[in-house]
Amino acid sequence: MLAVARTLVARDLLLAWRRRADAAVALLFFIIVASLFPLGVGAEPNQLRAIAPGVIWVAALLSSLLSLGRLFAADHADGTLEQLMLGAAPLGVVAAAKTVAHWLVSGLPLVVIAPVIALQYDVQRSLYGVLALSLLLGTPVLSFIGAIGAALTLGLRGGGVLLALLILPLYVQVLILGAGAVDAASSGLAATGQLLVLSALLIVAVVFAPWATATALRVSVD
Amino acid sequence: MLEAAGLACERGARRLFAELAFALAGGEALRIAGPNGSGKTSLVRILCGLAAPAAGEVRWNGTPIRHLAEDYHRSLVYIGHAPALKDELTPLENLDIATRLAAAGVARHALAAALSTLGVPDLAVRKLSQGQKRRAALARLLVSQSVPLWLLDEPFAALDARGAAALEDLLAGQLRAGGTVVYTTHQPSALDAAARLIELG
Repeated sequence: MLAVARTLVARDLLLAWRRRADAAVALLFFIIVASLFPLGVGAEPNQLRAIAPGVIWVAALLSSLLSLGRLFAADHADGTLEQLMLGAAPLGVVAAAKTVAHWLVSGLPLVVIAPVIALQYDVQRSLYGVLALSLLLGTPVLSFIGAIGAALTLGLRGGGVLLALLILPLYVQVLILGAGAVDAASSGLAATGQLLVLSALLIVAVVFAPWATATALRVSVD
Repeated sequence: MLEAAGLACERGARRLFAELAFALAGGEALRIAGPNGSGKTSLVRILCGLAAPAAGEVRWNGTPIRHLAEDYHRSLVYIGHAPALKDELTPLENLDIATRLAAAGVARHALAAALSTLGVPDLAVRKLSQGQKRRAALARLLVSQSVPLWLLDEPFAALDARGAAALEDLLAGQLRAGGTVVYTTHQPSALDAAARLIELG
């Protein structure tokens, strides 16, 4: 079962590498969205510092949403998804493996690049750690919750818009906690509380979301 | 032994078939025929458990397949309409991944041999023709001869005469070895004489 999950993660990473442009688009989207705000609201340093956590988190959220549409669509179109459903591992394990691969390709790069974006907003050095940690805990939650929506909207006309409407309200918790952690740290408070709740959310998402995704896939493929 | 009891299938409000029953032992083949839209693909998808029947059930060795789940999956190979190949990978990479996802564990040289037997070139799948893609998908059968149940949706589509003959030999060999084969087709093939027939529609 674990061997199947490993094979699937390795396959999806290999496919992402062969189609590097797709992953790059989501990352560039993140960078561009986060860079538009200073142009729009003006370059007043205090103001930028204040909005930085929220802006970076909203950009991460939208970028995650952008890449979610592709999570199952390609496998659905070429018939691979049916083979995965008839594979040797339970569908929940398949869904979890695909979600992990999706996060490695579209979530992890955001965590790495976020401090560079923070530089544009003149965020204090001491906050980089909290920002990266909040994204490290939060972006996988986005991928796991988003996978449920991606599976539900699979094969629907206008699925992309529907996916956004379904999933964005569920992202609110993560946004509040993630941006809140950085806000708390910037005003000198401990961010432990937010980060712990974010970790708890991550555990719940990892345990339950793949089974919900599997059920949604069965409905969509039937 | 593959059994179907009282199977019915509905698409929208239309009833495609009802009260369909058969039992296939090892060494037997079943050919599903019928005009377009008569439910051939739906029946094959129900038999492998991808779709749920509107009524009735499918049993494998006496147990309903929805209780067997992965155990049933390990005893079957399904090749559908879509070739289930990734455009970015080579046929060998595709076949290697497909067998590992099925936990079949076939050595890489055996996979390469299967592909060269069927004359599939070692190019990225997106550069292959339809017929070559079909052959690459069917190579899965060459390395799955220990799997007892083969469910094939239009296996002869897009194949040339030599490819079709090779596939007929492969299926006949599988039947002689005690395997069970279910296939849908429009074209007549040498296998039809030995196969039982379900005519839908």
